[in-house]
Amino acid sequence: MDEVIAIRNLTKTYKDVSAVKDLNLNVNSGEIFGFLGPNGAGKTTTVRVLTTLAKPSSGSIWVSGFDVAKEPDKVKKVIGVVQQHLTLDLDLNVRENMELHARLHHIPSNEHRKRIDELLEYVGLMKQSEKMIEELSGGMKKAAMIARALIHKPKVLFLDEPTVGLDVQVRRRMWDLIRSLSGNGTTVFLTTHYIEEAEALCQRVGIVNEGRLIALGIPSELRKTVGMATVEILVDGKFTRYEHFPDREAATNYVQSLSSDAKTIIIRDSSLEDVFVELTGKKVGED
Amino acid sequence: MNLEILRDTYTVVWVDLKYLSRNLLKTMALTLIAPVLYLVAFGYGLGRGANIEGFSYIEFVIPGILALTAMTTAFNTSGLKLHVDRLFYKCFDETLMSPVSAFSIIMGKTLIGVLRGLLSSAALLLACLVFSPLPAVSLLFPMSLFVTCFVFSFLGVTIALLSKTHQDMTLFMSLVILPMAFLSGTFFSLSQVPEALSIILSLSPLTHACLCLRASALGQPFPWFSFLILSGFGAAFFVFCFVALKMTSK
Repeated sequence: MDEVIAIRNLTKTYKDVSAVKDLNLNVNSGEIFGFLGPNGAGKTTTVRVLTTLAKPSSGSIWVSGFDVAKEPDKVKKVIGVVQQHLTLDLDLNVRENMELHARLHHIPSNEHRKRIDELLEYVGLMKQSEKMIEELSGGMKKAAMIARALIHKPKVLFLDEPTVGLDVQVRRRMWDLIRSLSGNGTTVFLTTHYIEEAEALCQRVGIVNEGRLIALGIPSELRKTVGMATVEILVDGKFTRYEHFPDREAATNYVQSLSSDAKTIIIRDSSLEDVFVELTGKKVGED
Repeated sequence: MNLEILRDTYTVVWVDLKYLSRNLLKTMALTLIAPVLYLVAFGYGLGRGANIEGFSYIEFVIPGILALTAMTTAFNTSGLKLHVDRLFYKCFDETLMSPVSAFSIIMGKTLIGVLRGLLSSAALLLACLVFSPLPAVSLLFPMSLFVTCFVFSFLGVTIALLSKTHQDMTLFMSLVILPMAFLSGTFFSLSQVPEALSIILSLSPLTHACLCLRASALGQPFPWFSFLILSGFGAAFFVFCFVALKMTSK
């Protein structure tokens, strides 16, 4: 499979703080790759370097075969970016924001209207096309940002925490949208700190903690590294102990062997959260 | 210069033109309040009956207030909008991530300041002429005004790109722009101040803008040396814009 993103020994340091440490990673063409980690793990910094907004302190990156450091303009033509925070121009309406992006990306002016209409239809914002940004809901703003990022038909779409702050229904709609993009051949590099989002969407995930990539692979294979079944036991009514087993049968046998003092016990499938806790000793949401 | 650079420059300024066209009256009114107040307070109030360099005070002060207006409008328009787009709206990132050259970004962000500086100055000039026609406006006057707008628009872009917080921007305006507005020969003649102070004041680009505008409006010999210095400030601020833009991606 073709590599669309290749990262070699990437390090990014701000003053004395290393935000990304010696990162090596490949992302394949057409896949949804999840970059999973807690806040401050280095996910957004990695995206900023990959999208030319920040320069690497050391290391090399190629996006769609172009060297990010030496050929940033070529990289900019093949990527679309949806940042974590709102980056729409609040002085423009939805259509104008998209027109600006089309102009910046040299889409011929006679194609603007057709392309903008197609994308607004695609993300369900046609009725809001003349509205100012502040009149949109949080989910609509994100959808507008995604539509804008797609206007120049990028090969790689970077989505930095695309569903933060969105309610569950909007989040699910956003997931469908991301899946359909991948189905159309767009490679998606998705950062998230929502475990369920990575599990639901991503063909492969990289787990990052304190700037280092600590695990990489298919979610089911990563779960295997801790065991496919997990037993949660509430100890003394105060804290939860987690035990991992290769399968549910082993987990059930373990539970049956416990003394009757253990009151709250749950047997469930292991998750990427369990992988993260095993590797780092803390939960994804913890700082 | 190829067509793509021109088209990209227009794209960058297009956003701000959209905003300006929607808010033209409001923005013009806002930029004209302060200079009209200066004109009334200094021209008709404090300076009534006074003469400087052979001209009535109102004739003398109008070019100074025009230079001040051009400076503040050009600086504020290009600087504050870019500052807000970069640090608060964060939409400037989208421009940085597009395949548009640094030249187009800088020129686009500068041109809106130049345009508004010229519009405000022209509106103020029309208002001034009602009360006191300037005796001998030459073609050197619009040329000087044009260069003045470019100089301070480049400065606005530079400071907007360098500032990391809103405080940085307001600090620069309080420590540099405000003193420059009042001390650069806008309201008084440099011949009235001690020579040592006059030398210090000649380090301000607004001083040279005032000298050029005043000479070309009142029929005095044009100070080409000041025009050269003013253009030199413009060239330096233009280079600083590139350095500042490069620093944003560190």
